Amino acid sequence: MRRASYWSWLWLILGSLYFALPLLATFQFSLLAKKGEIGLTAYASVFRDSGFASSFAFSFQTALATIVISALLIVPTTYWVHLRLPELRPLIEFLTLLPFVVPAVVLVFGLSRSYNRTPLTNSHGGLHLLLIAAYVVLSFPYMYRAVDTGLRAINVRALTEAAQSLGARWPTILFRVIFPNVFVALLSGAFVTFAIVMGEFTIAALLAQPAFGPYINLLSSSKVYEPSALAVVSFALTWASIGLLQWLSRGVGQNQPGGPR
Amino acid sequence: MAQTAPTDRNVRQASGLAPVAWRPSWAWLGVLPFFAFIGAFLIWPAAEIVVLSFLDGRGQPTLQNVRDLGQPFIVTSYLYTIELSAVTALLGGLAGFLLAYAVTSAGMPRWIRAAVLSFAGVASNFAGIPLAFAFIATLGQLGLVTQGLRYVGISIYPTFSLYSFWGLALTYIYFQIPLMVLIMAPALDGLRREWREAAESLGASPWQYWRRVGLPILLPSLLGTMVLLFGNAFGAHATAFALTGGGSQASVVTILIGAQLSSDAFSNPGLGNALALGMIVIMALTITLYTWLQRLAERWLQR
Amino acid sequence: MPFLEIVNLHKRYPGGVAVEQVNLAVERGEFISFLGPSGCGKTTTLRMIAGFETPTSGTLTIDGADMTRTPTSQRNIGMVFQSYALFPNMSVADNIGFGLRVAGRPASEIRERVAELLGIIHLADFAQRYPAQLSGGQQQRVALARALAIRPRVLLLDEPLSALDAKIRIVLRHEIRAIQRQLGITTIYVTHDQEEALALSDRVVVMNNGRVEQIGTPSAIYNTPQTAFVASFIGTLNVLPARVVNRDAGHLEVGGQVVRVGRALTDATGSQVTLALRPEIFSLNGAYGPDANRLSAVAEELSFLGPTVRVRTHVAGHALSFDLFNTTGLVLPQLGEQIELHFAPEACLVLPPG
Repeated sequence: MRRASYWSWLWLILGSLYFALPLLATFQFSLLAKKGEIGLTAYASVFRDSGFASSFAFSFQTALATIVISALLIVPTTYWVHLRLPELRPLIEFLTLLPFVVPAVVLVFGLSRSYNRTPLTNSHGGLHLLLIAAYVVLSFPYMYRAVDTGLRAINVRALTEAAQSLGARWPTILFRVIFPNVFVALLSGAFVTFAIVMGEFTIAALLAQPAFGPYINLLSSSKVYEPSALAVVSFALTWASIGLLQWLSRGVGQNQPGGPR
Repeated sequence: MAQTAPTDRNVRQASGLAPVAWRPSWAWLGVLPFFAFIGAFLIWPAAEIVVLSFLDGRGQPTLQNVRDLGQPFIVTSYLYTIELSAVTALLGGLAGFLLAYAVTSAGMPRWIRAAVLSFAGVASNFAGIPLAFAFIATLGQLGLVTQGLRYVGISIYPTFSLYSFWGLALTYIYFQIPLMVLIMAPALDGLRREWREAAESLGASPWQYWRRVGLPILLPSLLGTMVLLFGNAFGAHATAFALTGGGSQASVVTILIGAQLSSDAFSNPGLGNALALGMIVIMALTITLYTWLQRLAERWLQR
Repeated sequence: MPFLEIVNLHKRYPGGVAVEQVNLAVERGEFISFLGPSGCGKTTTLRMIAGFETPTSGTLTIDGADMTRTPTSQRNIGMVFQSYALFPNMSVADNIGFGLRVAGRPASEIRERVAELLGIIHLADFAQRYPAQLSGGQQQRVALARALAIRPRVLLLDEPLSALDAKIRIVLRHEIRAIQRQLGITTIYVTHDQEEALALSDRVVVMNNGRVEQIGTPSAIYNTPQTAFVASFIGTLNVLPARVVNRDAGHLEVGGQVVRVGRALTDATGSQVTLALRPEIFSLNGAYGPDANRLSAVAEELSFLGPTVRVRTHVAGHALSFDLFNTTGLVLPQLGEQIELHFAPEACLVLPPG
């Protein structure tokens, strides 16, 4: 067996330093809230702040809604494309790649122009719906790829025909046969979506929604140490959801290019 | 993969199992909700931007909006963003490639590889406001590294500023490297051990192997991923917003667009549309180039 | 002095032993096969000769020079892989010329050598193709030419034909042997296919569990296997439990019938042994003369195999199959018929009890 060369170790150590330092610095900074001592004061003050709970809850609900809507759109579509319309696959692949072409800031710009003076932009609830719709669009690349990989792994046609031959109808097939079989793949898409929505700033801020991302930014204008504490919390949250994703999709080929910038 | 389509259809007809009545035109109904949704919330808004870019305030066709893109501050902003994206794609891509090479090299313990890839998965999603704060805590005026360096007698301010081009670049690279690692690690795994061994047995040094075999095979993925990194940086908004506070001095394009949107009165709505149009055009070029390079890469690696 | 010599080669991994105490002396121009089941250590031994693996202990000399720790790139060996391992980014000509190019040879020399080798492998028209545009057999020919282009001292082939169709496999193996004879190049060939090893080699090295079981010519390996493993691994074998009834005269007893082996036995009278009989040694019509052994058996099943017909029988409760040539006028036994099998005493293999 070959030994790894010194170069490999050098790159690894340099890389680790670059990635560890900002995290360490943030964490260290977040512990300095009380002058002259190291403690969790910043965290305590963050968690006491009512804005934290409400914005976190808002983003959490938004994330869940996004995941549910995205799954309801993506799973039947991908399944149908696998089963009946394989010729549509390149088109769907292209469409689900589009959210990369249209950056978040351009998307929100277009959305607010297109739906200007409609109920979607006139009311608070409408704006929230528009926010969820934008997030669903953002989630398509991840959700589609995850579900597509999952469906490739099972024999869609055989499962469907087996269910049909046993007398199952479409809703039964979809919810009792297909959904359970792509559940793990779906979850992995859901966790990236969750991580993205929880940290998203651009769309939420430009639609003036009380989400977690804008809240962190707002806090930075009035507080010094608390934003660092929030950054640590946010990083832990991302780590937890991606960690769960990777634990779930062990062995399943998973590509997940980037999140909110 | 997609070539199986015709045979699939034959199998379907031969199987004769179709208890659910279904006519060809109905099949499209199954994908209608998806198309309706993506049409309403992505295609239409994007098309709206394109169309409005060529209309004036009274709805008459005009090229004025596109011409307005020639204003110095807009040109500066585009050039600045392109430079920032190119520099971070190049540096992040290079560093990410070396890191991916390190963790995929033979003899690197499995757990290190798993840990790095898992961290890359997290870090590529760790961006925006929290990332900006992390860098402020590191390299800001009161940052850990800034103060540490000051302690040993090196003062990086005011020569360096986190809010300058290089500060922004250094921060962007934090999400560029992991993305590169995530995409390049499988590509590096695709380099077969036998290629290296064959080259060695033919008398090639490691450098000769890399120059004539390894790098040429990886080149399309390498370039393709760097193009993707370029787009990744070009569309970034939150990180830059948090670092520059949305101020308009030497700003990236996304911030200009955001500012157009959040300013109460649409001072010049046509200009905003044209700004967004320029962005879409550049991103479309990027993704086209990426897809093309990706296809080149698969030609060699998927065998 | 042998051209290539392996002395006491060992390879240990943290998880166990891959190769143990391998000794081998190969003459210049010889064609040697390593034969054995997967995991027997044949590929690891080859990879140590190539320099891809470092031996735990032991030495390797090529042409009198100690090569045990020499890097692969300085050993001047040609290597052909099961997966072809052609460089996908280079044309056929560039692949073949690769070794000369990295050695810094002048372009004109490379061109000539490439053209010469393209002629040898009959692919002169394919010089500008890319590997992905070639069939498996063509790719493996190019891989062979690439390995030969540098005029290696030793040619190493690691299961080169395993990924190919049966027909191409046979064509290509004759081609490999013909090219090897023509160039007189010392060759080591790893395979798990006994037919390939027997058909190609000057000598065969049979390996099992990391050890060498037997080294010998194909006929020696087949006709006089020295261990039970070699006997059972090479060819088909009927094994019958037997008892030595007369050690000096060489008489065995199988299910109440006496079998003479025509030579003194090493096992004591009364001890248990295994009598091993190849399916092709039997005759039904007394062709082996009056000294032949006779065993009575009951014909149970006939399978038509083309050139031969395989007859399955039972001798004293043990299965025994034999082959009859499908000649004109062949009379086949009826199912259930009591038949008498004749075979020569020299054809008997006596092995330790199984």
